[in-house]
Amino acid sequence: MNQPHRTPHDVLESSDFKKLVKQRWSVSLVLTFTMLAVYFGFLLLVAFNKEVLATRIGEYTTLAIPVGLGIILFAWLLTGIYVFWANNKYDSSVENLKNKIQ
Amino acid sequence: MFLALLLQASPGASTLGTANPVSIGMFFLFVAVTLYITYWAAKKTKTGSEFYAAGRSISGFQNGLALAGDYMSAASFLGIAGMVATKGYDGLIYSIGFLVGWPLIMFLIAEPLRNLGKYTFADVVAFRLRQRPIRIVSSVGSLMTIAFYLIAQMVGAGGLIKTLFGLEYELAVLVVGCVMTLYVLFGGMIATTWVQIIKAVLLLSGATVLVLLSLAKFGFSPGNLLESVSTNYGQEMLAPGGYISNPFDALSLGLALMLGTAGLPHILMRFYTVPDAKAARKSVFVATGFIGYFYLLTFLIGFSAMALVGKPAIESLDKGGNMAALLLAEQTGGTAFLGFIAAVAFATILAVVAGLTLSGASSISHDLYVHVFKNGVSDEKGEIKVAKRATIALGILSILLGLVFKGQNVAFMVGLAFSIAASANFPALLMSIIWKRFTTKGAVWSIATGALLSLVLIVLSPTIMVDIMGYEEAIFPLKNPALVSMSGAFLMGILVSLLQPEHEAAAKFESEKLRTYLGVGAE
Repeated sequence: MNQPHRTPHDVLESSDFKKLVKQRWSVSLVLTFTMLAVYFGFLLLVAFNKEVLATRIGEYTTLAIPVGLGIILFAWLLTGIYVFWANNKYDSSVENLKNKIQ
Repeated sequence: MFLALLLQASPGASTLGTANPVSIGMFFLFVAVTLYITYWAAKKTKTGSEFYAAGRSISGFQNGLALAGDYMSAASFLGIAGMVATKGYDGLIYSIGFLVGWPLIMFLIAEPLRNLGKYTFADVVAFRLRQRPIRIVSSVGSLMTIAFYLIAQMVGAGGLIKTLFGLEYELAVLVVGCVMTLYVLFGGMIATTWVQIIKAVLLLSGATVLVLLSLAKFGFSPGNLLESVSTNYGQEMLAPGGYISNPFDALSLGLALMLGTAGLPHILMRFYTVPDAKAARKSVFVATGFIGYFYLLTFLIGFSAMALVGKPAIESLDKGGNMAALLLAEQTGGTAFLGFIAAVAFATILAVVAGLTLSGASSISHDLYVHVFKNGVSDEKGEIKVAKRATIALGILSILLGLVFKGQNVAFMVGLAFSIAASANFPALLMSIIWKRFTTKGAVWSIATGALLSLVLIVLSPTIMVDIMGYEEAIFPLKNPALVSMSGAFLMGILVSLLQPEHEAAAKFESEKLRTYLGVGAE
């Protein structure tokens, strides 16, 4: 497999490192665009179709309430997903690569 | 004289605006405890890293609480609860905008920022670009954001304290300015962080108790609460109303709130207080959780105030409904509880202005003094001396600004601060992290465009032309300029960088990757 010790330059050029950077940004960007889509989707709904959000789902509760609070919860869960991924996948690859540097 | 002023009683149904022994006692206790912490922190604040970044000794969880504390200002506590209490559901739309910026901070900025920088976000922008021009423009961007935010906080503080304690506006501004200067001057980031943590815990627990006391009146059923709101003020209170009528307005304000969060200097600076990128990441998770929970509480507080205190009673005290949470506290928990919540609101202001002042002082000493006047050669003692002088100057300035803007409508300044943060600070920071071909000139033009467009367009917007100057119509149609100013900043940054490539910067981008992604060589 790989040589045990390499210069920083070798690590930068290694396919492992390039893969790691690429993976990091794919995860980040997917999560970012999910957040943007949900938030701006909500704003557009508020701007163009208030009636949908005013639909009653309980005696008095409107759809708007679980949707609004749901977005807050969703935003938090997204940060949780990222932390989970980074702690489990990203950090171990980082350690591996760091150990290879002389 | 001071005490006599405080103890003056005035008639009325509510005891708001009169001396409340509990709130005064609580407030003095808070000031005493935080000044003791400052004394303790002062002994540990010798080096630059201790003054600016608490010696990088704050844990991820602690920093999460402190970040939440920085963000949960009195304006968002009283303001959002008040907005829900008077306008209903629309208040929630506003708070969602404030929350959704946090995930983006985590996905795009937190870890590279922690790995590349030292004390300020300009460290990151300037990392592979030419120091001097970058430091000058980015400190201007920082200081503008801080100044507008600070004015809004000081004027709000003076007015709020006058209503809460019956204390003169001028005296209130003076007290806030002096106490926060003491925190920053002697305790640096260590004191500022712990003040922020204590305040966050007080605010979250106070608001939780307030919600529990209120819900008890409805048999602990949110359904009953909504029923009461709907029967008294109409079902439309429970759905989006007139807050968003123009979709472009919504988009622009949404962008400012969301991405402005990722460009606030006092928030970004907090990421340097933790030991590494892993802790930085954890702190955003913790902060987002607490802030989300806090907005849930303010939503319930707003509706409870509407149902229990009543809209007319709230609006008679303050048209914007800012007193809703306090009136609710009095109604559900009596004068003692009102005193507690009022003291928490005061503590909140103190903690937030301290954070702002510290980030302003670091921008002056670290970005301007060291990197512009001393060519990057820092003697630590000299740098801290400058930082402390800057703290005193900013303390005096904030008191003066609080006095000058007394009675003015400064609510727009928070929106303006977020717009500048989203347009001047955020685009340059993001492009410097992710885009290899970003250049010094690109960064300078991007920051300058974002800041200038924000300033000019807000003056031409309905926010100032119609609401403040009283014109029939505004030249620029949007209430918040971020949509145009931020796009302009990105566009300028990209165009200028492509027109004049900077090979050295592109080459350094590759070599900085080890530090950005692996944390090798991070401070």
